[in-house]
Amino acid sequence: MLEITLFYVAATIALVATVMAMTRTNAIHALIYLIVSLLAVAVIFFLIGAPFAAALEIVIYAGAIMVLFVFVIMMLNLGERGDQQERQWLQPKIWIGPALLSMLLFVELLYVISALEGPVSATAVSAKEVGLSLFGPYVLAVEIASMLLLAGLVGSFHLGRRYLDRGDLEKEGE
Amino acid sequence: MEGLNVPLNHILLVSSLLFAIGMLGLMIRRNIIFILMSLEVMLNSAALAFVAAGAHWGQPDGQVVFMLILTVAAAEVAVGLGLVLQVQKRFKTLDMDYANRMRG
Amino acid sequence: MMFELVWLIPFIPLCSSVLLMLTAGNLPRLLIGSLGVGSVGIAALLTLITGIYFMAEPVPFELTLWSWMQVGNFAPSVAFYFDGLTLVMMSVITGVGFLIHLFSTEFMDQDHSYARYFAYLNMFVAAMLILVMADNLLLLYLGWEGVGVCSYLLVGFWYKNSANGQAARKAFIVTRIGDTAMALGLFLLFTELGTLDIQAMTTVAKETWQVGDNMPLIACLLLLGGAVGKSAQLPLHTWLPDAMAGPTPVSALIHAATMVTAGVYLIARTNGLFLLAPTAMMAVAIIGIATSLMAAFTALMQSDIKRILAYSTISQIGYMFLALGVGAWTAGIFHLMTHAFFKALLFLGSGAIIHCLHHEHNIFKMGGLRSRMPVTFWSFMIGSAALAALPMTSGFFSKDQILLQAYLLPGMGPYFWIAGLVGALLTAMYSFRLVFIVFFGKLNIEPDRDTGWRMAIPLTVLCGLSLIGGYFVIPVQAVFPPLSDEHPALWVEYISILVPVIGLLLAYLIFHSRQLRVDGIVDSKIGQLLHRFWFSGWGIDWLYDQLFVRPYYGLSTMLKSEPVDAMYSLIVAINQTFNQLLSEAQSGRMRWYIVSMVFGLLVLISLALQISPEVL
Repeated sequence: MLEITLFYVAATIALVATVMAMTRTNAIHALIYLIVSLLAVAVIFFLIGAPFAAALEIVIYAGAIMVLFVFVIMMLNLGERGDQQERQWLQPKIWIGPALLSMLLFVELLYVISALEGPVSATAVSAKEVGLSLFGPYVLAVEIASMLLLAGLVGSFHLGRRYLDRGDLEKEGE
Repeated sequence: MEGLNVPLNHILLVSSLLFAIGMLGLMIRRNIIFILMSLEVMLNSAALAFVAAGAHWGQPDGQVVFMLILTVAAAEVAVGLGLVLQVQKRFKTLDMDYANRMRG
Repeated sequence: MMFELVWLIPFIPLCSSVLLMLTAGNLPRLLIGSLGVGSVGIAALLTLITGIYFMAEPVPFELTLWSWMQVGNFAPSVAFYFDGLTLVMMSVITGVGFLIHLFSTEFMDQDHSYARYFAYLNMFVAAMLILVMADNLLLLYLGWEGVGVCSYLLVGFWYKNSANGQAARKAFIVTRIGDTAMALGLFLLFTELGTLDIQAMTTVAKETWQVGDNMPLIACLLLLGGAVGKSAQLPLHTWLPDAMAGPTPVSALIHAATMVTAGVYLIARTNGLFLLAPTAMMAVAIIGIATSLMAAFTALMQSDIKRILAYSTISQIGYMFLALGVGAWTAGIFHLMTHAFFKALLFLGSGAIIHCLHHEHNIFKMGGLRSRMPVTFWSFMIGSAALAALPMTSGFFSKDQILLQAYLLPGMGPYFWIAGLVGALLTAMYSFRLVFIVFFGKLNIEPDRDTGWRMAIPLTVLCGLSLIGGYFVIPVQAVFPPLSDEHPALWVEYISILVPVIGLLLAYLIFHSRQLRVDGIVDSKIGQLLHRFWFSGWGIDWLYDQLFVRPYYGLSTMLKSEPVDAMYSLIVAINQTFNQLLSEAQSGRMRWYIVSMVFGLLVLISLALQISPEVL
């Protein structure tokens, strides 16, 4: 029973934190809320028997990826000016239409998943099983993922280098 | 640690809500950083649905796909944030609506 | 042995024509003239020799030169058929043609396109000879179209004046309507009878068809269409008055003596078919007499000397049609010949006047030319007398025959006769009106010269022919079915003789001595209206303009905007609109893209749920 209670608490935290993250005007605040949301999702993972996924969620998502965000936001140094602009952009007339659309989508999804029955499995799926599966049937997907990461690495290096070396950029021209 | 009796459709409900919220964020925000964050939320919600489904069947495949999604998210954020830096440099703003000329 | 060489008769003018065309006027003038006149002269001489041989032994003969083409069982050959009718036509074409060529050398003396003129004229003679000598209807059709082309080229000879070009086009297009009917007639005859050879066709037709059948009627009416177009009969006569835009000798040769009588020749040549269709014969007669009267009234009102003669030609050919229609074949051909003489004479005479009066056409600006141009005056006197059918002239014999034969036709005969008499009265009136106005009275324009010998000789020879032509006996009895020996009552003959004399007297009283005052009638409202009506040729040109030309223009204006294309343009427009919409959507606004994607996603999910609810 405790687990179920924990699940609902975690789910509530995740949802609230996400809503907060989406509506903040300060990027750092939004980011903190997002990290909270991700941590809550990690708790859910843990509860539904996926401890390895929960660990990865915390280490890579809430850790590495969010740190990237933090660095970039700090580099951009938006400050108070950015806040005001965000506030100006978040008028009700702007978000009412998209909110309606999102609502509709959610209702449809709800309608689809409402038919599903049954609890999730009682037994946890261990990291070992996941690893066997990864380097068993999914080895090709792992290779593709590694290539994707390499491409991401090269791409971000390329884009970021030009941002940092302002002097070089001026010489290269457009 | 044992997972116990959490109904599958409740997890999926949470996942759907997260997805809807992320999408709403995607639609209403003009700042690129927020748009990237919204994307993260949406990817995360999808990952949650996968893991839940995997747990439902007691199979590791859900978690495998979760890891793939994680990879995609990482690569996307790396490139996306690089682009954010470029946009800021070129247009002196992070407003996506401003960068609508579709030219270098 | 002479007969094997008849192919030379059309061949020589053709060669001369080709030679003149190829040298393109780079020959000395004298040589051009000699070629043009000489070739037709040789043709005339050969015709004369052939005629003498033929008269000695009047047996028709065929001369097959080569096979034209072979398509299935359709194998027309280039073959000539020679009998009395051919001989008469050839004599008229080459004889009158030669005189007109000679006349032309003086008339066209000052013209720059001397060689072109003779090239066309020689080609015309060749084509016309092929027309009358053809053994089958296809070769006849070749000649038929050939003379049409030459007529077009010669009417538009002075092409620098666009009105002449318009007249030429009108002549070509209006006759084309008839020619189309004729071509259809040829198709019908071939499918029905399996041959276009005239002699064989007549034989087969008599075996396959009964008198009064529908098929010969349709075929004959289609042939009649061609004849009506070519011979400028109602309702396709409108081109001939306009065709007077060409040089006057051309009008004399093509539009009076020869080409316009091709329709008469066609009907006479295919008389075997027409005899099988009495209704078609009646149609020929009615068209003939109606045209004759219509044109006579019109001629009485005209002021242009050539238009008077043109309408008179239409009227006289109407008489020929009447003759053919009532079965007086010989009389019709006889009138064709005498008409060729006196109408060529009149046209050449008018040509001489026009030549000497600086291209003046209006008769009211002439006058008193009797003493200045004696040769022309006498030509006109004799020509008009023959035209009016005054006794003892050539026209008298032929027209008298026609009227008497028409009278003898059972049923409609007397009506035709009376209408013909009215026509004859009018003919006498308008021809002598012309003579009195042009040659008597006071001198208006002094002619700057008199006719030279090259004009005088043809005029004199034609004068002679117009006078004595009536005594010729044409050897066509073998060609046509024999006529009954019946003779109408003597009073009919007397009236026929008397009517032209009355016409002459009336013309004298009205137009010369002015003892008969008609000004009151002319000036009255109805008189004015009638005058205008008849002057414009019964308003037929106007009518055609309203009926055909204007709707056609309207239609083409409508089609100019290409309504069919509009349909395709609509497709283009729809695509363009969509393109516009899609490129509008391609705004570069990210959030807009996202919203559209979400919207599409919603729609897709809804559709999926609709289509397969079992996913649940």
